[in-house]
Amino acid sequence: MTNHWIDIRNSDCIMIIGSNAAENHPISFKWVTKAMEKGAKLISVDPRFTRTSSKADIYAPMRSGCDIAFIGGMINYILNDMERNPGNYNMEYVTQYTNAALIINSNFEFDDGLFGEVKDGKYTTDAKNTWKYGDTKTPAADPTLKDPNCVFQLMKKHFSRYDADTVCNITGTPKDTYLQVCQTYTATGQKGKAGTIMYAMGTTQHTYGTQNIRGYAILQLLLANMGVSGGGINALRGTSNVQGSTDMCLLAHILPGYLNVPMESDADLDTYIKRSGKNPDATITPQGLAGDKSSNWWGNSKKYVVSLLKAWYGDSAQTANDFGFHYLPKCDPAKNYTHIGMFEAMGEGKIKGLWCWGQNPAVGGPNSNGEREALGNLDWLVSADIWLNETAEFWNRPGADAASINTEVFVLPAACSYEKEGSISNSGRWAQWRYKAVNPPGVALPDLEIMNLVMLKIKELYQADSSAPGREAVTNLVWNYGDVNADMVAREVNGYDLTTGKLAASFGSLKDDGTTSSGNWLYCNQYTEEDGNKCARRGAVDAHPKEIGLYSNWSWCWPVNRRIIYNRASVNLDGVPWDSEHPVILDYDSEKKWQGDVPDGGWAPINQAKEGEKYLPFIMKPEGIARIWGYGRVDGPLPEVYEPWESPLDRNLMSGTKTNPCAFIGKYRNERSTPSEYPYVGTTYRCTEHWQTGIMTRNLPWLVELMPEMYVEMDEVLAAEKGITAGDKVVVYNARGEVNAVAVVTKRFQPLQVGGKTIHHIGVLNHWGYSGMSTGDSGNILTPHVGDANTTIPEYKTFLCNVRRA
Amino acid sequence: MAKAILYDTTKCTACRACQVACKGWNELPAEVTTNRGTYENPADLSPTTWLKMKFREIEPGGKVRWLFTRRSCMHCTDAGCVKVCPSKALYHHELGFVAYNKDLCTGCGYCIEACPFDVPRSDRNLLTGIAKMDKCTLCTTPGLDRIAEGWEPACVKTCPTNALQYDDRDKLVAEGRKRVDSLRDAGWANANLYGENELGGLHVMYVLDDHPSVYELPVNPQISAATVAWQDAIQPLGWAVGGLTVLGLGLNYMVARANINREKEKKDVAGS
Repeated sequence: MTNHWIDIRNSDCIMIIGSNAAENHPISFKWVTKAMEKGAKLISVDPRFTRTSSKADIYAPMRSGCDIAFIGGMINYILNDMERNPGNYNMEYVTQYTNAALIINSNFEFDDGLFGEVKDGKYTTDAKNTWKYGDTKTPAADPTLKDPNCVFQLMKKHFSRYDADTVCNITGTPKDTYLQVCQTYTATGQKGKAGTIMYAMGTTQHTYGTQNIRGYAILQLLLANMGVSGGGINALRGTSNVQGSTDMCLLAHILPGYLNVPMESDADLDTYIKRSGKNPDATITPQGLAGDKSSNWWGNSKKYVVSLLKAWYGDSAQTANDFGFHYLPKCDPAKNYTHIGMFEAMGEGKIKGLWCWGQNPAVGGPNSNGEREALGNLDWLVSADIWLNETAEFWNRPGADAASINTEVFVLPAACSYEKEGSISNSGRWAQWRYKAVNPPGVALPDLEIMNLVMLKIKELYQADSSAPGREAVTNLVWNYGDVNADMVAREVNGYDLTTGKLAASFGSLKDDGTTSSGNWLYCNQYTEEDGNKCARRGAVDAHPKEIGLYSNWSWCWPVNRRIIYNRASVNLDGVPWDSEHPVILDYDSEKKWQGDVPDGGWAPINQAKEGEKYLPFIMKPEGIARIWGYGRVDGPLPEVYEPWESPLDRNLMSGTKTNPCAFIGKYRNERSTPSEYPYVGTTYRCTEHWQTGIMTRNLPWLVELMPEMYVEMDEVLAAEKGITAGDKVVVYNARGEVNAVAVVTKRFQPLQVGGKTIHHIGVLNHWGYSGMSTGDSGNILTPHVGDANTTIPEYKTFLCNVRRA
Repeated sequence: MAKAILYDTTKCTACRACQVACKGWNELPAEVTTNRGTYENPADLSPTTWLKMKFREIEPGGKVRWLFTRRSCMHCTDAGCVKVCPSKALYHHELGFVAYNKDLCTGCGYCIEACPFDVPRSDRNLLTGIAKMDKCTLCTTPGLDRIAEGWEPACVKTCPTNALQYDDRDKLVAEGRKRVDSLRDAGWANANLYGENELGGLHVMYVLDDHPSVYELPVNPQISAATVAWQDAIQPLGWAVGGLTVLGLGLNYMVARANINREKEKKDVAGS
């Protein structure tokens, strides 16, 4: 989240799209409800009428996978309206704080769904160069937004094809409803008004999921909704510490604190820093805007990497050995290390061991039949979980020949969250400290203690074997926890000034000369000499001058306790908040600086600063302003409509390019379903009563009582065609497998009219599996092994299927 | 000072945390259920399910609505169950709720017949042959009494959206009226505060955006004349009058028959 949970209450209009917040994040509705009590409008966009929709002022049905058409049409609506009624928008924000005015390379071309030449599923470097600014270092800006090569005009041209009729023909949304959404949400473009977008996996889990979010970003920037209270792009994270796990790098492409992962080609630390793009040389300074200074905060990344290496390797990390950079594992650029890529490799027999920690891919991964089979290629598998899950029992699954599977499985019983101490980072980036309530049962241990025991043993083995490959990376690793506890790890994560031995005050004090350490620069400041463990703070008073709900003394949030990021965009060039009722930062004074939230850099307002010190507000961008035009993605600088990998249509109704040309397409047991055999749009989701792969909830009788069986949902017309009535046992099937379930026949799904065809959805729950108290087929038996072009997140949300009575 | 629960249907997301919290606090076991083609489960209130959420899909004017309603004891001021309870197992708590002393229940089942909201449920223990009624006690069950501790009921405590509130009844009536006014201003012409005056005033009141019948709530609920007669005329005369004893036994028989038949019907429905 750019903002945080409580801040939702300050919104004037909440659009929930790609999320079913009421069902999957029930507590979020505390704040949605508070906003609505004060008159905020709620818009729910979803293929299915959900419990979220039941509370909405406007419910807009949309065919699954059509976010870019839906949002693109809204962008088109705004761009047209903006020229007619600029007074209804915050044009100062759009021209001065975003790259709308910047001039793009004159060779840029867009033709028939493509942004230049694609070879082997990738845009060529030449093509990507045309997406950049005309002058890549000091780009020109036209604040009148008239230049035909400025972002605004290029975008206007691009989205002019997204008129309401074309959009609704793709999405299946009734046009009057669609226009009502455009009008209602666009009203937040007024100065002082704020609209927020709450999204989740309904947005991301597509072969163009990243571009879906880019669409939201463009919308929010055009409406000046970023950095302001009640605004932002708010990702509702799926599980209680998934924000923390991302921050700490449990993803294949990053090190802690979103530092790039090193590649094989990175011969040394400086090569790595240079290639990563996170260095001072990457700074871009736009010409012709009121602001003239980009802080390019990522230019500090070397300080963070060196401090990280010092935290990991201590005295073994010295200037002379590049701070131990060569100890870090390096990635092969030709390989895909994400979940799908890993299981593809496992299917080919290239991976011998797998450690699943609080993860259950036999239910949670796409194409379950394929992934379960791939697990059989492993020599060993470790499952650390609070329950015996489907992954641990994959060899004993229905239909498997246990005798022919040679994988050795180790189960490590883990403590659950109430049985251990530590911090949990919520969606709003708040790291909140929790204490142990009860001891874990039996031999179960907290993850940290399991990790400590394993690592001590690994170090012992490496120490004893002088010929072990990469030996120093393990033997030199500082591992001096002794009787480990979460508090000492929190301090290590924060980091130290190694010259004094004192805790580092904040990432501003980290250095690239080896005199500081920090396990994660973003979390530097969470534990200080003055205040101790700030995550444990429980200050229940909102000290903000206008009480906008920051509660800045409750726990601590990254970065440096800034509750609303990009908050320097919440004030105008003179430093006056756009919204006087809910200002985020306010009352700048050259002595006392800013009041309110921790500002995104404490610099003076642009109009009060000296030449050369007029800092632009979006400090993490090399150009200091927000990217409406985002040329850093692999699949284009603007979102463009593509069909999902499995589409019910024979063509893309917007262009001749049917699917995302850069999507990751798996090869291992990944049969593709065709619309002639499987005409219905399947989509997977969760219910309130169960959690993720269900292993935590399908073992709890009270929850099983509420949702006892695997079920699927479908509209009444489709059910009648198939002779299915509510409560019938049915089989949903496609080229990859079949799922037995109970039919919930409902008015909440309605057939949609798309490109002259009637489209039916089948909603498939993804909680069940063959282990535990309540068992049933997994929805992911039906989902494909394909992923987003930028992230490879699986396309769980849209696929083809058919249904019959069991 | 009477206390009450205010349930605002317009803020309820039917997350059913209340349903689970009720079981958790009151130590009620889970029932074995099946998916009957709906989210709603268990199928009915029971001696081990004192609160359940109802889900209803309607399509007025071609626009889908999904309505959620709480099904539990309404804690009437003019409570039929209290009137007919011969053993005083059911009684009015000093804060106005219908509280219950299970030890005194004889399992006669009169309360089941007398309730205009069809809430009390009873099961006969197959080993002992003893029947006992069960229903929501508004968390005043001896040994599990949250109210005596000054706490709100478990369902209210867990509600994430404040769709459930617990407070002085007067305050909640004012709050409910205000809420109804704002719903009417927003175009919900039939919005109303259900339970403000029904049966002398309920201690569980509902903010509804539409007519009670849309939410399948009894419009103008009444206690039957027989129930009124039972408490106001027959019971006071006492069992000393032999003829009336016979009449009483006869009534007992009839009510018990009706209950048995109704339970059979319900089982038939559940099994279909």
